[in-house]
Amino acid sequence: MLPLDLASAGALLNNLVFMLIGLAFGAALEQSGFGDSRNLAAQFYLKDMRVLKTMFGAILTACLLLFLSAALGWLDFSKIFVNQTYLWPGIVGGLVMGVGFVIGGYCPGTSLVSAASFKGDGAMFVAGTVVGAGIFGEMADEIGAFWNGSYTERLLLSDVFGWSIGATVVAVTLLALVFFFAAEKVEEWMAGDGPRWKPTNRRYLGAGALALVVALFIWGKGMPSPEEKWEIAGGELQPLLDQREVFIHPLEYVKTWNDPAVRLVTLDLRDSTAFAAFHLDAARSVTYPGLLDKELVFELDQLPPQGVVVLVSEDEAMAVSAWKRLKMQGVSNLYILDQGLKGWSALFAPLQEAHHGFDLSRPPSRVLEAFPEGTWQAKIKLKTARRAGGLCS
Amino acid sequence: MRARAFLNPYVGGVILGVVLFASFAITHSGLGASGAISRLQAGVMEVVAPGHVDRTGYLAAMGGGTRMALNHSSMFMLAGTFLGGLASAFLAGRLKPEVCRGPQVGKGRRLLLALLGGTIMGFGARLARGCTSGQALSGGAVLSAGSWVFMFAVFAGAYALAWFVRRLWN
Repeated sequence: MLPLDLASAGALLNNLVFMLIGLAFGAALEQSGFGDSRNLAAQFYLKDMRVLKTMFGAILTACLLLFLSAALGWLDFSKIFVNQTYLWPGIVGGLVMGVGFVIGGYCPGTSLVSAASFKGDGAMFVAGTVVGAGIFGEMADEIGAFWNGSYTERLLLSDVFGWSIGATVVAVTLLALVFFFAAEKVEEWMAGDGPRWKPTNRRYLGAGALALVVALFIWGKGMPSPEEKWEIAGGELQPLLDQREVFIHPLEYVKTWNDPAVRLVTLDLRDSTAFAAFHLDAARSVTYPGLLDKELVFELDQLPPQGVVVLVSEDEAMAVSAWKRLKMQGVSNLYILDQGLKGWSALFAPLQEAHHGFDLSRPPSRVLEAFPEGTWQAKIKLKTARRAGGLCS
Repeated sequence: MRARAFLNPYVGGVILGVVLFASFAITHSGLGASGAISRLQAGVMEVVAPGHVDRTGYLAAMGGGTRMALNHSSMFMLAGTFLGGLASAFLAGRLKPEVCRGPQVGKGRRLLLALLGGTIMGFGARLARGCTSGQALSGGAVLSAGSWVFMFAVFAGAYALAWFVRRLWN
């Protein structure tokens, strides 16, 4: 299942692949005419809408290919890096870049291609971007509060509008088609020589219709459910369960809970009666169907790298199903309480008397000392390798 | 040799989109240029003023202590982008020293303006954590809300200023 895991393939191959992708990227930009600043600047005087057409053409193509693959179960979208949303730095930075764009005539990627094809202005622009990045670097620590503010880890347009991914893809497709049509009309109008694109009209209409059909198919098919995804991709995760790598001992739970550096989220999967009778102090009650709740998954996805999610049930069976369900929705640092609450009571109840009757729902960290070393093995490894950090980091 | 015509912009867009999709499918992440440019800058500073890199939090994250700012896959993409542009321009007969400029702007002035625009762009790209490729293209395709807002901000900034600097390009 895509995406491939290149990290395990070694640095040499990894770097080679990045270089090849760069080659294709640079060539595509150059062939599209973006090595010449006049072609880019014309966009802002409405004379040649090349920038908008190519940009939205690329976004639409990649978007349809990505979500088509995801809908067919070929690609796990939860593993794809999505640029974090830093709302205000993005808006202000974007406005500043727009100014730099119209003065300098390039953006960073296109200026590289321009410099590569011996354009003096492109080379000067590249030099400028290095200087600009340097100026920002000197200021970054001072404006850190603003720069790191208004942040959401993985915020999709579909989350903002409350639509399904498929419906959002259809909306993006329609928006792109409207932009293309408007671009053609604007060029026609600016040139003032009547309809220009009639001869190729049919081909354009056909391509637009194809894009729309694909988008509607993605919407109709929908994204695969976590269970369907487990059928396809669960094989590579099964060893984690078989070798009990994700089951944490009650003592590790107590230790983690008392660790101020870790943000612990405990989800209790038992029914509400059992939950009311007894539950771990930090636990929240969730139902198994509730694990599909968008808001819950969104919240778990936003956890910081030192966030840990622990699933608790009476024994283990329910927690294991829940683990699969959440794992397939992209939740990382996800663990199961070893032997469930049965094991919990069996371990701690006998200790209660010796330790002045502590509350079973929140054993103090001193109970750790009552067990010889080696009673349990630490399983929690904090990692966020689920998504490769973007190239802009 | 006469230069060959540029691609139809939609065809160019589809090709670029396929490259972008391939990047996601093979590497988890999309395309980018500006991240590598700031690494380039940090790399230069590592040589010129290593102590300064270690003391500045932003730079230290890339090149502090034993870290090498240039040892990052984005640098290979940067090199590839450069070579891809070079090869493509060569094959299309567009490889000739030139300063692209509007009809009313002299060469020297155009070069200075390119440097100025680049500086503003470089600053903004770091503030926004990405450029047209890393944020708008890559983030746009995966439906990142922040990237879409960013994209419209870039166009807004450019269109807002375009009228005032129209002599540069027309």
